[in-house]
Amino acid sequence: MKKVLVLFAHPKYEKSRANQVLINAIAKKEGVTFHDLYEIYPDFHIDVDAEKKLLEAHDVIIWHHPMYWYSCPPLLKQWIDMVLEFNWAYGPKGKALQDKLCLNAITTGGSKELYCSQGSNSYTINEFLRPFEQTANLCLMKYQKPFAVMGTYKLTNEELDGYGAAYNALIDSLQQF
Amino acid sequence: MTGSILFDAIVFLLGAIICVSVAKKLGLSSVLGYLMAGVLIGPYVLGFIGEEGEDILHFAEFGVVVMLFLIGLEIEPRNFWNMRKTIAGMGGLQVAGTLLITYFFFYAIGFDWKVSLVVAMAVALSSTAIAMQTIKEKGLMETTFGTSAFSILLFQDIIVIFMLGALPLLSNSETEVVAGTHETSGNLLDSLPLGYQTLAIILSVVLIIVAGRYLIVPMLRKVAQTGVRELLIASALLIVFSISFLMEYVGLSPALGAFLGGVVLSNSEYKHELESTLEPFKNLLLGLFFIAVGASINFVVIAKIPFTIGGILISVILIKALVLWITARVFSLKLDQKLLLTFSLAQIGEFAFVLLSFAFQLNILDQEQMDIMLVITALTMTLTPIISIINERFILPKIGTKESIKRPMDHIAKSQNVILVGFGHFGSTVGRFLRSHGIEATILDQDSNRVDFLRKMGFEVYYGDATRIDLLESAGIAQAKILICAIDNPGVTKEVTKLVKEKYPHVELMIRAKNRYDAYELLNMGIENIYRESLDTSLALAKDVLSKLGFRKYTLNRQVQNFIKYDESSLRRLASEPKQDENYIFKARKELEEQEKLLNADFERGVVAYDNHWDSEQIRKALDKSNPNSTS
Repeated sequence: MKKVLVLFAHPKYEKSRANQVLINAIAKKEGVTFHDLYEIYPDFHIDVDAEKKLLEAHDVIIWHHPMYWYSCPPLLKQWIDMVLEFNWAYGPKGKALQDKLCLNAITTGGSKELYCSQGSNSYTINEFLRPFEQTANLCLMKYQKPFAVMGTYKLTNEELDGYGAAYNALIDSLQQF
Repeated sequence: MTGSILFDAIVFLLGAIICVSVAKKLGLSSVLGYLMAGVLIGPYVLGFIGEEGEDILHFAEFGVVVMLFLIGLEIEPRNFWNMRKTIAGMGGLQVAGTLLITYFFFYAIGFDWKVSLVVAMAVALSSTAIAMQTIKEKGLMETTFGTSAFSILLFQDIIVIFMLGALPLLSNSETEVVAGTHETSGNLLDSLPLGYQTLAIILSVVLIIVAGRYLIVPMLRKVAQTGVRELLIASALLIVFSISFLMEYVGLSPALGAFLGGVVLSNSEYKHELESTLEPFKNLLLGLFFIAVGASINFVVIAKIPFTIGGILISVILIKALVLWITARVFSLKLDQKLLLTFSLAQIGEFAFVLLSFAFQLNILDQEQMDIMLVITALTMTLTPIISIINERFILPKIGTKESIKRPMDHIAKSQNVILVGFGHFGSTVGRFLRSHGIEATILDQDSNRVDFLRKMGFEVYYGDATRIDLLESAGIAQAKILICAIDNPGVTKEVTKLVKEKYPHVELMIRAKNRYDAYELLNMGIENIYRESLDTSLALAKDVLSKLGFRKYTLNRQVQNFIKYDESSLRRLASEPKQDENYIFKARKELEEQEKLLNADFERGVVAYDNHWDSEQIRKALDKSNPNSTS
C-alpha cells in the first residue's frame, strides 16, 4: 500500500466549510499523513530538512489547497520554493522524488462553467495548474489528474459529503496504484 | 536531659522539621512553626531543653545579623539613599509614638519612671527576624507595605544604639561597676568623650565602606580563583563576623553594620555567591532563634499572674498596632497595606532581650519585672504571626481588596479555563491579547491597587499569593486547562510551577523565565513551554540594527528564526548537562563560562552563510560545470 502525504495549505481553514468536509473524510485514514502547513509554519519559516524527510517517506504527494487568484496560497508556494531544492528535487543529481505520484486537490468558489474559454475565467483548471504539473515533471514525479471541488459557494452539505466520499475513494485507489 | 550536645541538636532539628512541616502544610508561615517547636521542646511542655535556652537565644541572634547582611546585599546604595526619608519619617514616628504611649501606660499602672522608660524602649522595637522572614517568604518585599516595614525596622536598628547608650544613665551610681563588666557595655565608646564617640561611629561606618570596596572584594577574587568552595563559605562568614565584631567593639548594633556591609557589597560581582552561601546559615540560625524564643516563654510566671500578663500583653500589642496604624495613615498607605503593616510589626523584637537583660544588670529592673517583660516579649512574637494570619485569611478578604468577588453570571467570563498568574508588564500584555480574542483568563495578582483596577475593568481577579493552593483552587485550577505564570520572581515561579505540577498534573503550564538559568531549572523540572523574556526582544533589536546597516529585512527575519531555533536547541542540550556545581556557588563565574561556551559555539558556526533559497548562483555554477558550453 502506497503512503500518501497530504500537504494542506489554507490560511483560514477554520472558516472553510468545503475543506473541513474533505479533510475530515481522509485525514485519519491509514497510510495517510495529513500535514497542515499553515498550522505548522504560521511564521512561514519552513523546516526544510524535516519536509524533505517527510517527502522521502511517502509515495504519493497531494498539494491540497484552495485556488486563490488562479494559484495556490502563498505558504504552499513558499514550500515549493524552499523544499524542492536544486540537486535534491531537480537538477543533475536531483532524484529524491523520482517516480512518486503527485497531484493537486483543489477547491474553487467559481463553478466549472466559469473555467473555460467562454467563461469569465477564460481558461480551464488544468491550464491554471500547468505550473504545478511542470514542477512535478521537473522533479521527475508522475503528475496525476487534479481532484477539484468547484463552485463551493453553492454546494449543499449533502453534495459536499459526496465530494468527501469521492476524495476518500480517490486516495484508496492511489494507495493501490 | 541536657547532657549531650548531640542530643540537644537532635531535639532541635527534629522539633523544627516536624513543626515547620506541619505549619507549612497548614499554610502558616515557618516562623510560627519554629515558635511552636520551641514551646513544645521547651522546659514547660516536653522539657527537652532547660536553662540553656537563653544562651542559645543569644547565639541565634546572630541569624538576625546574617539576615540583615543578606538584605543589604539586595539593596543597592542608590536605592538605600532614596529610602532615607521613609526610614527617618516612618521609623521616627513609630518609635517616638510607641515610646511615649507605652511609657505613660506603664507609669500609669504603677511602675517606676525608670522602669517604664526601659520597658517603653523595649516595646518600641519590633522583630526584624519575624517580620522580614515573613515578608520575604510571601514575596511582599516590593510592595508599599514591604518597604515601609523594612524602613521602620531599619530605623529601629539605628535607634537601639542610642537606647543602649542611654541605659547606664538611668542606673544608680553604685551599680555602674557592675554595668562596666557586662559585655555589651564593655565597649570602646563608653571610655570616650561624646565628640570622640560620634567620630568613632562615623569612622567605623567609613571603615566598612572602604574595606568593602578595597579589601573584601579583592579578597573574594583571590578566594574565587582557588576554586575551593568551602573557602568561599569561610570568607562569607569571616566578613559577617568581622563586621559584627567591629560594630560591637565601637558599640554599634552588629545587625546595622552587617546591613551596611551588605549594601556596600551589593554592587560587587560576588553578590550571588555571598547570597547563596549565607542563605542556609541565616535560615538555620533564625530557625534556632525562633525555637529559642518559643522555649523561653516562662509558663510559671504566666501561671502566677495570668491576668496581669494577659492585660499587659494585650495592651502592648494594641499600643503598637495603634501607633503603626497612625504611622501608616500619615504616610497614606492603602487600607490593606495598612492592616498588613499594623499586624506584622506589632510584636516586641529580639532587641528587647538585649535591652532588658542589660537593664537588669544595671539594676534598673528587678528579677520579676524582667521575667514579666521577657514572657511578654516572647508571647507577642508568638501571637502576632497568628494575628497576621487571621488578618490575611479573614479580615483582608472582607475589606479593601478581597481575594475574590462574586460576579454576575451573565458576564462573558464563563471561565475559559485559563489562569494567568501575575498581571505586571509581562502578564498584562498576555492578558490583553487573550482578551482581544474573547478569552478571559482568571487573573491572580499580589498588588491590591492593580487588583481593584482590573476588577473595575471587568476582569475576574483573585488577590493573593499564587503559591497558596487554596487560592489556586478557588480560582478554578481543578477545571483549568492552562496556567500561565507571568511573574518576575523566579523563586515564586518555581514554587507555583512545582505546586501545580504536583497537585494538578493535567494543567498545561506556560511559564515566563527570566533567563537561561531559570529556563534550565524549569526544563529540568519537566516544563516544556518556557518563554525567556530576554530572547525575542533582544533579537528584534539586533535585527533592526542589522537592517539599519543595510541588511535586507526579510533575510534578517529568517535568520532570526534560525537563531531562535538554534538557541532553543542549545538551551535544551545544556540543560541536560549535569551541573558540576549544583549550588551555583560561583554563579557569576559560571555565567561567564557559559557565555564563553555560547560565543565559542557561535564562532564555530561562523558568520552564518545564508541558505541557497532564491539564490541562483549555486544553480548557475552547477550548470556551468555540467555543461561548459552553455554560456548564455
